[in-house]
Amino acid sequence: MAQIDWVALSVFGALFAFITWLGFAAAHWRKGDLDQLSEWGLGGRRFGTLITWFLVGGDLYTAYTFIAVPALAFGAGAVAFFAVPYTVVIYPVLFLVFPRLWHVCHRRGYITAGDFVRGRFGNRWLALAVSVTGLLATMPYIALQLLGIQVVIGALGVSGTGLAGDLPLIIAFGVLAAFTYSSGLRAPASIAIVKDILIYITAFAAVIVVPMQLGGFGKIFSAIPAGKLLLAPPPAYSTGSYSAYATLALGSALALFLYPHSLTGILSASSGHAIRRNAALLPGYSFMLGLLALLGFFALAAGVGTLPQYAAGFKQFGANFAVPALIMHSFPSWFVGVAFAAIGIGALVPAAIMSIAAANLYTRNIHREFFRRNPSDREEARLAKWVSMIVKLGALVFIIFVPTKYAIQLQLLGGIWIIQTLPAVMLGVYTRWFNDRALLIGWAAGMLTGTWMAFASELKPAYQLVVAGWTFPGYTALYTLALNLLLAVVLTPLLRTPGAPADETRAEDYHAAVQ
Amino acid sequence: MNAQTPRRTRGGRAWYLLFVVQFAVALYPPLFNKVDPTLWGIPFFYWFQLAWVLVSAVLTAIVYWARA
Repeated sequence: MAQIDWVALSVFGALFAFITWLGFAAAHWRKGDLDQLSEWGLGGRRFGTLITWFLVGGDLYTAYTFIAVPALAFGAGAVAFFAVPYTVVIYPVLFLVFPRLWHVCHRRGYITAGDFVRGRFGNRWLALAVSVTGLLATMPYIALQLLGIQVVIGALGVSGTGLAGDLPLIIAFGVLAAFTYSSGLRAPASIAIVKDILIYITAFAAVIVVPMQLGGFGKIFSAIPAGKLLLAPPPAYSTGSYSAYATLALGSALALFLYPHSLTGILSASSGHAIRRNAALLPGYSFMLGLLALLGFFALAAGVGTLPQYAAGFKQFGANFAVPALIMHSFPSWFVGVAFAAIGIGALVPAAIMSIAAANLYTRNIHREFFRRNPSDREEARLAKWVSMIVKLGALVFIIFVPTKYAIQLQLLGGIWIIQTLPAVMLGVYTRWFNDRALLIGWAAGMLTGTWMAFASELKPAYQLVVAGWTFPGYTALYTLALNLLLAVVLTPLLRTPGAPADETRAEDYHAAVQ
Repeated sequence: MNAQTPRRTRGGRAWYLLFVVQFAVALYPPLFNKVDPTLWGIPFFYWFQLAWVLVSAVLTAIVYWARA
């Protein structure tokens, strides 16, 4: 750790300089009037199938994912592979729900989920609930991206005490904030192309080179302790690890596209068809994520956890250091620079999109709704640019001053919170049957019980639900979503009144125009 | 069906059953929680789920072509 690898650091720095230039140059790409929120915050909704593929891929498969999923395999074993069925489940959801949402948002000029809920259900408080949930869930997610950068910078040997130790992170943050401010969504869209290519190169190189060094996949897997190789078979009267695995995959999948940054990426597509095509093309990233999860096992088999040169890294970052250690152990310095740049840039892309999404939410659904009703386009875009800056600064302060484990726990809570917006957003795309106040009560119940259950299970994802002597361990988010839906369904007929707020959207808004 | 019918209604909704197949297999761990048969030394649990990603992508593409 103490030794700086100058070759790796130079390659890393050069790639970082390149994407910095690219981020600023992106302002001129498919040029639009950046004083409009839909131009700055959605890239003018002009991205075709290919750019959407890079952008959404770069958005959803974050640097933190690339570090945390293999880290889970390294530490806990087979359960980390839940990320694979998770990504199998998300794409049918993308295919079914999001083209409709894209059409209605395009037709009505909506930019956020809050905009849609406001228009569909006519209740500003329900829209506020959806927007605040989005903000709460996004903030720790941005902090975790900065953690991803921190891990690779630490691995490069750049260290120090106090402010000096955090200087590289602060520089990376400054770059991120500046190009997001000036170019909006065009910056992460163009950088995503570079990032994704680097990540693919790294993943495939690692999956080919490391097994060759270690004597093949057979040797690698025979070095894995039996307890980590498969899911533990459930004990009597319990669905055990099986239900935990499946609900974790399903719940994470349903939550994913409710995150504001996912929606921002999807709404920037140029058509509903571009989204549907991506539902079939994006699994390319899922496959790569599965390969990356295997890196956790490679790290176990290579024994990097016991090598003295990596002890300090594991002490500081825990299992999250497994992938950086494996890369340094297996590759020449120049390629270490490439791989680490892939992870570092992989953090900037989603962090930029998340901060843009959060800024859109605040500007549209809080400021405009509650403080200033009719801002000019210019005012609205200016405010969003500043809010994106403040959001990122908050994340930076958080990651520097607050212990990492709180960011991870908040991120876990964020998943439980964001899924509570599913009835209003995802079901709202299909039906106006629900009563707005019933949805609001369901949301509140889900938020409260979800938070309580998360603390009751010591901030682990799985809650041990006991019914009639059987235990069903499962993802808290999914259980609380069931409660939320139940309340919304039961209360809707009871709360329905003749003077219910109007739905400003019409059935034909949800489809492509008839030719 | 008259000439006014939008393109999107071409093809039956039965195609969506392919999504149900994707879900059912991916979310039922007893099906794949085993070591054998291995592929190039990779336990079944891992290679099967990776292969299922590719199968799912093909199934989604079929739904796209059938419905679009």
